[in-house]
Amino acid sequence: MSSFSVTEPSNRSKWFAGTLVILYALITMIPLAWIMLTGFKSPSDAISYPPKVVFEPTLEGYVNLFTTRTRQTQEYLDANPPETWYEEIVREYDMVIAGPSKFGERFLNSVIIGFGSTFLSIFLGTLAAYAFSRFKIPLADDLLFFILSTRMMPPIAVAIPIFLMYRQLGLSDTHLGMILLYTAVNISLAVWLLKGFIDEIPREYEEAALIDGYTRFQAFYKVVLPQAATGIASTAIFCLIFAWNEYAFAVLLTSGTAQTAPPFIPTIIGVGGLDWPAVAAGATIFLLPVMIFTILLRKHLLRGITFGAVRK
Amino acid sequence: MAEVILKNLTKRFGDDVGIDDISMTIPDGAFVVLLGPTGAGKTTTLRLISGLEKEDKGEVWIGGRNVKGETPAQRDVAMVFQQYSLYPHLTVKDNLAFPLKSPILKTPTDEIERKVAEVANVLQISHKLGNKATELSGGEMQRVSIGRALVREPAIYLMDEPLSSLDAKLRTDLRLELKRIQASLGATLLYVTHDQIEAMTMATHVGVLDNGHLVQFGTPREIYENPNSLYVASRLGLPRINVLPADVFGSVPAGTTQIGMRPEHIQQGEGQEAEVQRVEHLGDLARLHLTLKGHAITTIADPSVDYEPGTHLKIAPRNPLCFDADGNRIR
Repeated sequence: MSSFSVTEPSNRSKWFAGTLVILYALITMIPLAWIMLTGFKSPSDAISYPPKVVFEPTLEGYVNLFTTRTRQTQEYLDANPPETWYEEIVREYDMVIAGPSKFGERFLNSVIIGFGSTFLSIFLGTLAAYAFSRFKIPLADDLLFFILSTRMMPPIAVAIPIFLMYRQLGLSDTHLGMILLYTAVNISLAVWLLKGFIDEIPREYEEAALIDGYTRFQAFYKVVLPQAATGIASTAIFCLIFAWNEYAFAVLLTSGTAQTAPPFIPTIIGVGGLDWPAVAAGATIFLLPVMIFTILLRKHLLRGITFGAVRK
Repeated sequence: MAEVILKNLTKRFGDDVGIDDISMTIPDGAFVVLLGPTGAGKTTTLRLISGLEKEDKGEVWIGGRNVKGETPAQRDVAMVFQQYSLYPHLTVKDNLAFPLKSPILKTPTDEIERKVAEVANVLQISHKLGNKATELSGGEMQRVSIGRALVREPAIYLMDEPLSSLDAKLRTDLRLELKRIQASLGATLLYVTHDQIEAMTMATHVGVLDNGHLVQFGTPREIYENPNSLYVASRLGLPRINVLPADVFGSVPAGTTQIGMRPEHIQQGEGQEAEVQRVEHLGDLARLHLTLKGHAITTIADPSVDYEPGTHLKIAPRNPLCFDADGNRIR
């Protein structure tokens, strides 16, 4: 047997491809690493030039992110020695912690709105995609085109009508309002992506389930859903990333109760000078949920992104 | 088990005829085989009975009940699909248990265990119960798909070429097994096949379909020995029936344009002179390929014959079947 194979790449090309991929990964990860490192720097290290790669790590950025602080007189400071490690960090600047910042709340808002709208988009999208895929619907092609056409202009183009509408309906600055808005934007993507996945699942499985004594809805969730899991997972990631990162509507429609993290993080800059470590800390924490979500669903994602490439 | 009656059943797909005005009674406990080429309407008939397809006209009666408008689940039918259709996300065991767990049957757990084990044993797939359905060979998938029907006791089993992708030995085993199960349960079965041996050995009745029409319905022997058209005659029989112009052997009834002779219905030693082209020794018998006035004829002979190609041989038909210009039988 010869070791030569037509389909197997040679060792040299494997090395080359590997090196290329690793290089690319390193380059794209530099900004990410930079943000994460900056979160652990002191304000002076963060803006030093040339930039410091080796530095003494501190949790100052994180403490500043989660707290509000006030300056106090020397007598007050001497009379009240710091009790916790985070108070000690603040004391270095002759400050005391006045209370928690709004970051926790804003982050929670992001979680509620991001995951809420993702769930709703997937729930409605799956049902609609199944209907389009399996039933004879009058004007199905036109309806599908209409659904897609809602994505043909940037959503922000309708910002003013939405702003006015939301004010009338009392949806401004509410969780429900933001969930509905992000769902409206995401649902066209969800319907189209999921229809593709469901089209690939042969009808025979449902027919077999119908004959095996199940109703159509039972066949749908016992047979179709498990097989659409891949598509649902990857669609969910796309929906979550949009809702999680959305900035323009969040700035426009939220200011208090329902404000998400993206419009909040830049406001940190304004509080007591340019606090880059706190901003970086906020960005780092903000990145985590999507990262964790993606890692959890990654084995579905690979197949999801390449779907349609190989037809079984 | 139940009697199934089709009354003037018609289904069109756009301009294509699915089936046209089929009336047929499948008696309780009968094993009915549907024969016909691709596109004749065999699968459509099964799908209409199961309720997967909605009829344009006509009625389906199962166990004395008109099932119009009932869902497949309500009709209480089991079906084996040609393309297996196993649930890929479930194990073999869960595939077999799936119909038993349905809200209609709600079988108790120990009963499910017992039935699944029993069916797995019959179909020789006990050692694969823990496998995912996608980790099976084609033959194993087909057996699981038969098993998924056999765990139930429905009004009727509908099977769409269930043995087509099995190897010869397994096919023979399962053919006998299916027949045994059908006989011992007294099950009613409607079975689609291309295979003549399956049709002849298992069926109590055979229905022959041509382009959506039921052209003959009867026992396998009736269909074989007494076909009412050339089309039916050529559906059964291997090698196929020999078809010759009516005048080759002389004296035929008026109106006959073609005669059909089964290979075993040819007398040797008298009649017209034919030339041997080739002899195939099959062990238990020999097959002779002859030409007579430019027409190819196949017949059978004793396995001991040893004709050289080019040998001349006299042959005559024994009770030939006579057909008119449209292929209809003249009796």
